[in-house]
Amino acid sequence: MDLHNVLDFPILSLAIFLPTFGALVIWLFIKDEHAIRWAALATSVATFLVTLPLIFNFDTSTSHMQFEEFHEWIPAFNINYQLGVDGISMPFILLTSLLIIICIVSAWKCIQTRIKEYMISFLILETTLIGVFSAMDAMLFYFFWEALLIPMYLMIGIWGGKNRVYATLKFFLYTLVGSVLMLIALLAMYFEAGETFSMLAFMDYPFNFQWQFWIFLAFFIAFAVKVPMWPVHTWLPDAHTEAPTAGSVILAGVLLKMGAYGYLRFSLPMLPDASQYFAPMMIGLSLVAIVYISLVAMMQRDMKRLIAYSSIAHMGFVTLGTFVFTVQGLEGAVINMISHGFVAAALFLCVGVMYDRLHTREISDYGGVVNVMPVFAAIMLFFSMANVALPGTSAFIGEIMVLLGTFAADVDTLPVSAKWIAIAATISVVLSACYTLWMYKRVVMGDLVKDTVRSMGDVSKREFMMFVPLILLTLWVGFYPVPVLDVLHATIENLVEQSTTSKLDAAAALLLEHAPAVHAGTH
Amino acid sequence: MTDATTLTLSTTQLLAIPMLPLVGALIAGLFGWLIGDKLSHWITSGCVILAALLSIDIFIQVLDGAEFYGNYWTWISSGDLVVNIGMMIDPLTTIMMVTVTIVSACVHIYTIGYMHGDPGYARFFSYISAFTFSMLVLVMGNSFFTLFFGWEAVGLFSYLLIGFWFKKDTANVAAMKAFIVNRVGDFGFAVGILAVWYYFGTVDYREVFALVPGLVSSMSTMSLLGWEVDTITFICLALFVGAMGKSGQVPLHVWLPDSMEGPTPISALIHAATMVTAGVFMVARLSPMFEFSEVALAVVIIVGAITAFMCATIGLVQTDIKRVIAYSTCSQLGYMFVACGVSAYSAAIFHLMTHAYFKALLFLAAGSVIHAVMNNQDIRKMGQLRKYMPITYITMLLAGLALAGIPPFGGFYSKDLIIEAAYARDMGWVSDIAYYALMSGVVMTAFYTFRMFLLTFHNSDRVPAETKAHLHESPKVITIPLMILAIGAVGAGMWGYYVLDVTNAEIIHGYFRDSLFVLDAHNSLMALELLEQDHTQSHFWLEYGALILALSGITLAFLMYFKESKMPAKIAGMFPGLYKFLLNKWYWDEFYDATIVKPTRALGNFFWQKGDLGMIDKGMIHGGIVDTVKNGASLLRNIQSGMVYHYAYAMVIGVFGLLTYLILNA
Repeated sequence: MDLHNVLDFPILSLAIFLPTFGALVIWLFIKDEHAIRWAALATSVATFLVTLPLIFNFDTSTSHMQFEEFHEWIPAFNINYQLGVDGISMPFILLTSLLIIICIVSAWKCIQTRIKEYMISFLILETTLIGVFSAMDAMLFYFFWEALLIPMYLMIGIWGGKNRVYATLKFFLYTLVGSVLMLIALLAMYFEAGETFSMLAFMDYPFNFQWQFWIFLAFFIAFAVKVPMWPVHTWLPDAHTEAPTAGSVILAGVLLKMGAYGYLRFSLPMLPDASQYFAPMMIGLSLVAIVYISLVAMMQRDMKRLIAYSSIAHMGFVTLGTFVFTVQGLEGAVINMISHGFVAAALFLCVGVMYDRLHTREISDYGGVVNVMPVFAAIMLFFSMANVALPGTSAFIGEIMVLLGTFAADVDTLPVSAKWIAIAATISVVLSACYTLWMYKRVVMGDLVKDTVRSMGDVSKREFMMFVPLILLTLWVGFYPVPVLDVLHATIENLVEQSTTSKLDAAAALLLEHAPAVHAGTH
Repeated sequence: MTDATTLTLSTTQLLAIPMLPLVGALIAGLFGWLIGDKLSHWITSGCVILAALLSIDIFIQVLDGAEFYGNYWTWISSGDLVVNIGMMIDPLTTIMMVTVTIVSACVHIYTIGYMHGDPGYARFFSYISAFTFSMLVLVMGNSFFTLFFGWEAVGLFSYLLIGFWFKKDTANVAAMKAFIVNRVGDFGFAVGILAVWYYFGTVDYREVFALVPGLVSSMSTMSLLGWEVDTITFICLALFVGAMGKSGQVPLHVWLPDSMEGPTPISALIHAATMVTAGVFMVARLSPMFEFSEVALAVVIIVGAITAFMCATIGLVQTDIKRVIAYSTCSQLGYMFVACGVSAYSAAIFHLMTHAYFKALLFLAAGSVIHAVMNNQDIRKMGQLRKYMPITYITMLLAGLALAGIPPFGGFYSKDLIIEAAYARDMGWVSDIAYYALMSGVVMTAFYTFRMFLLTFHNSDRVPAETKAHLHESPKVITIPLMILAIGAVGAGMWGYYVLDVTNAEIIHGYFRDSLFVLDAHNSLMALELLEQDHTQSHFWLEYGALILALSGITLAFLMYFKESKMPAKIAGMFPGLYKFLLNKWYWDEFYDATIVKPTRALGNFFWQKGDLGMIDKGMIHGGIVDTVKNGASLLRNIQSGMVYHYAYAMVIGVFGLLTYLILNA
């Protein structure tokens, strides 16, 4: 028997509120800056340990929600505190709790002002992120979704770079528009599905095509902003460049996945017919992300901006895999998200390590870094190669699965064979190598010419240690992804079933059921 | 196919062969700083030598009929996609393993001398050992995924080794170019893998090969931009694009000559003997697929023939000793592809093997020369070096004769066979073109090889005074690998031809048994045998033509370069346009720069400046949303304050208003 069944222990609640508790303690009781750092680290490590049973006690044989919790919250509107995870959400909770530790370690030295507020925002952010991935009540989901904007906004606004005001404004405006639309969609579903916010109920309820159409569009915008998808992506490069290193790490590592998670959790299972109907658009935008954005990435002069664009391109694979409705495509999409969580996070850390030394992100300010930072050069090489999806790294598994899933897809609504979509997406093999290696060459390779670069020292032990788990995880998923895939199988197979089963017949039946009543009423 | 009576090989021994170099690489790479240079080179070299010995042992067992096939673990499983990691050991694999490990072992030892005192000494050994591991995975794997894994891994180490001297900007650019051009090829390879899995439902060699005839007889087609293409043709051509990238075939050859920026030992190991031959290995390995597509075979021939001819012409005028050999490599790989295209796979692999020895030797000898003249690679600043370095001189002469195709040296047997097979196989104009391209290639090969050789070791002494004092024969760690490889360069041809019988027309009776597949109708070696048995016509030209051409090429080189003469300059002056065209390598780099590199950058810039910053940021956000608000509602002008709190506040009010409205109406 599983541990969580026996003890009925609220692991998810503990994981959600432990960081907030830590933040409270720091806020109320701790004054010493050093103690604040250690307390934040201890809290994040404790949270990570709390989330570990999610893996070890995970039942891979079922697509049902696990570790469920249920409490009434606002009974007047049938809003409940309902939690649960399945194969899609569980990995992201682990990813969050791991990356938060790395974020806190990365900020150890470089954040010197308002360290208390910084650590508190990070811990609150962790609460909201774990909340988003474990909420099974749509309102609760929305609550966490919105709440996380506040710490994120503060992080860029207070500890960000020169243009932070512009970046925060843009970030906030974009996500706000999306959020409002999502709220409207959720309310519409609430009333249509019989005054419930239960996400499981939404999945079961047969929305007719009209409903699905409009709700899909609202969700589409809300989630597309977060992914981000072209053309609502331009906030991301600005947010990344202005955010402090740890902010970029968590933004790329976890926040971007929320959008794609939204598609997997809401659009596909709740609105299967609209998902099929809009698949060509989603696939088209994914291809734009892969090709157009890669070309834009190539021309960037700012390292963070380049990696931000590269992130958008990689997320294009995620949305592509999602909207081809095949097991390989969807599992590849999730693996891609996890992998991107390691690789993009690590690349932003790399930039952070250099930024801490020279306080510039311009590619042209570097050159020949390998001469003074050989260990760092090797680390960055590793993650650059992961970014180009070399076999043996997690990115390869994700991308090849998405491509295989796309090639084999059978999407009726597509005007061309899915094979050509897959072939077009494969172009990424070339483009990702172009922008990644060109940056690596200009930054790391070459002779020492600049005196500023000459003064850089190699990675410290602390910096080295924050890369180690990411390297090991990238290799692990690259060589032995089977345990991760096992977690996904049941859930994804169920999702494929849900997203390819039309709800329209049931919706029509429902209408018929009501129709005689209406008819009778008129008599 | 294995049956009950087939001998199997020891799994442990097989696994040890790739793992030993990997372990060596990890030790030297991660702990090189700790254990020092000496221990690093002994551990890596020891591991590779051991791997070579184990490979030879496997080879002997395979000669007796042993084979191996097995899976070790599941790499990916998702729905009906299952990717296993395993090995398939048969005669084709084994001859590659032996070649790779022997050349690698020689290069390891050579490196001890060549890289002596380099600050990246341990790192270099780590890379070349890791490369050896990757190459072994490439040849030993049993599926398209293991092939791709090895393929990408050798590409990575090629990249790292070309850019090994990272202070040199030209080396960094060359490394990047190599990786990216290879990735263009990998694009095709990846598409091929997608199609293989889609049409066969598996990526395992054996299972796929068994299903190929069924797919062919089902007349499956794919529509390609309005064209109906046989599925098998599409798959083979996509995979072949990968082979073109890795093996430096036109038009993806541009990276290979530039890769000479790397240290010479890796030019020998990676860019001559092993990695660049991976494309040939791929086509031979996949012969059960290529055989079923006449179109794909024709394309393989045409690409190979053009490369063989074009790169030979460029080689005629180059002045960098390594670049001459590099162009020769491209050209010789073209020969191998023509052999594959005319279904003489055994001849292709035979030439691959002999070429590995003599070309590695040429490079290592060239490295020995470069070492002696203090890193000068310009043959115009050499001359008369035979007096200073006799061992290098002799070994390079042997390698040159082997490359030129003079009996009884290596290249004679294998290259001659390819030309004869191209002659015997009748594919209309395709095989005709190939035959003439290869024949003209023979005379050029002989000429440029001896041009380079004579300018280096004979001719007049043009060594700059300051390097004169430094001239010396290389130490033993360098000359001993040269001598070992010389044995291969001299003997590999005869050994393969007479002892192994690699080119038996009935492949199944020769060395390769059933590891290569040829349709009866395509069997060019059989056609050749029949042709030779036909005594009604003279076969003089068929049998001696190539040799006559090779000898005349050498003679011409002697006339022009044995003694200092004005003839070369005069001939160049007679055809200034042609000379410049060849010197500039047919302007491929300039062509790509103008048609691909610059437009791509311009497009990227356009998307960024006009798309992201112009249309989306300025147009949609500022123009569309912000300006409307600003101009339309003067009361709300304060919204421009930039205070996000205001927006947040507005949102909260809005949400509550909406909720209230909905609740009241519910």
